[in-house]
Amino acid sequence: MKLIVLSPDREIFNGEVTSIKVPGSGGSFELLNNHAPIVSSLAHGEVRVRTKTDEFKFKVEKGFIELLNNEISLLVQGYEEISE
Amino acid sequence: MGANLKEVRERIQSVNSTQQITKAMKMVSAAKLRKAQDAITRLRPYSNKLEEMMSKILAGLEGDTSTEYNKVRPVNRVLVVVVTSSRGLCGAFNSNIIKATANKIDTDYAQQRDNGNLVLACIGKRGFDFFKKRYKKVKVVDDYVDMFADLSFENVNKLTKLIMLRFKQEKYDRIEVVYGSFKNAGVQIPTVERFLPVDAVQATDKDENITEIGYIFEPEKEELIRQLVPTILQIQFHKCLLDTHAAEHGARMTAMDKATENANDLLKDLKIHYNKARQEAITGELLEIVAGADALG
Repeated sequence: MKLIVLSPDREIFNGEVTSIKVPGSGGSFELLNNHAPIVSSLAHGEVRVRTKTDEFKFKVEKGFIELLNNEISLLVQGYEEISE
Repeated sequence: MGANLKEVRERIQSVNSTQQITKAMKMVSAAKLRKAQDAITRLRPYSNKLEEMMSKILAGLEGDTSTEYNKVRPVNRVLVVVVTSSRGLCGAFNSNIIKATANKIDTDYAQQRDNGNLVLACIGKRGFDFFKKRYKKVKVVDDYVDMFADLSFENVNKLTKLIMLRFKQEKYDRIEVVYGSFKNAGVQIPTVERFLPVDAVQATDKDENITEIGYIFEPEKEELIRQLVPTILQIQFHKCLLDTHAAEHGARMTAMDKATENANDLLKDLKIHYNKARQEAITGELLEIVAGADALG
């Protein structure tokens, strides 16, 4: 899946991922390959992204996510890196 | 004759050094302009995507699309946000924005201005200095005058959130923003925009392309709109500031370019003067020598 993470100030991530878990406003959920199209808002919480070789996490204050044809756009506000 | 020569030489020197300053300022503004434009470009994908999501939600929507930011109330209290630059030497840029603001207030909000129901929030020192002096009855707020020092979305958003909250609390019934819209380096347009209340978003006709995809909306569409609208408003306000920032540097660049050109013209004239004076001095000296030689002979 292709993922692009945008904040109003810059592009945070752009690349291939295998899964992404986001804090949806109705509860946390995970998106895998071939997920049905979805538009959702995000609540304050943690986003976890897995790529083939790596995994990383970051915090968001709020945001929106859209998935269509294995292309995910994630719009975030209040991005904060979590260092392991 | 000698004194004149010296005078002209000194003027040439002073014009020269002024020209060096205006040249340098032009270069600095050009660099800053590029940076400011970059910030606008970086915001674009985010705002485009937001609008795209909004249009997908609105396609074929039948529910209520109004939010608390659409409420039109009788206009008792007004907030005008004036965005100018903090520094001068940028031509008529600031005075144009100030003029547009004063014009708007005097025509539409004269009543509120006179009974103290108008508040001016100034971003940028130039606007603040002007209105503080001229509008005695109006409350002029300078809490955010230094906003241009940090134009990150996070920082600007603090103010945006506050403005939106005050509108929701019915502390203000109408909020206007006056800023310099950036068209290109040479053209800046002072713009007055009603920030709140906004017109409610309109549901559009069913779009087969979108319906066919069968999006899952989480939470339901109406709630999503209530969350999207404030975000779009925040982006809009942020863009006003970024625009003014770019416009300021564009205006300064143009002004300094003109100044450098003027200095060039001035230098040309002065050099002709200087050469004439030098020529006359030499002729005079020659005449003296010839006359002296004649007297001896």
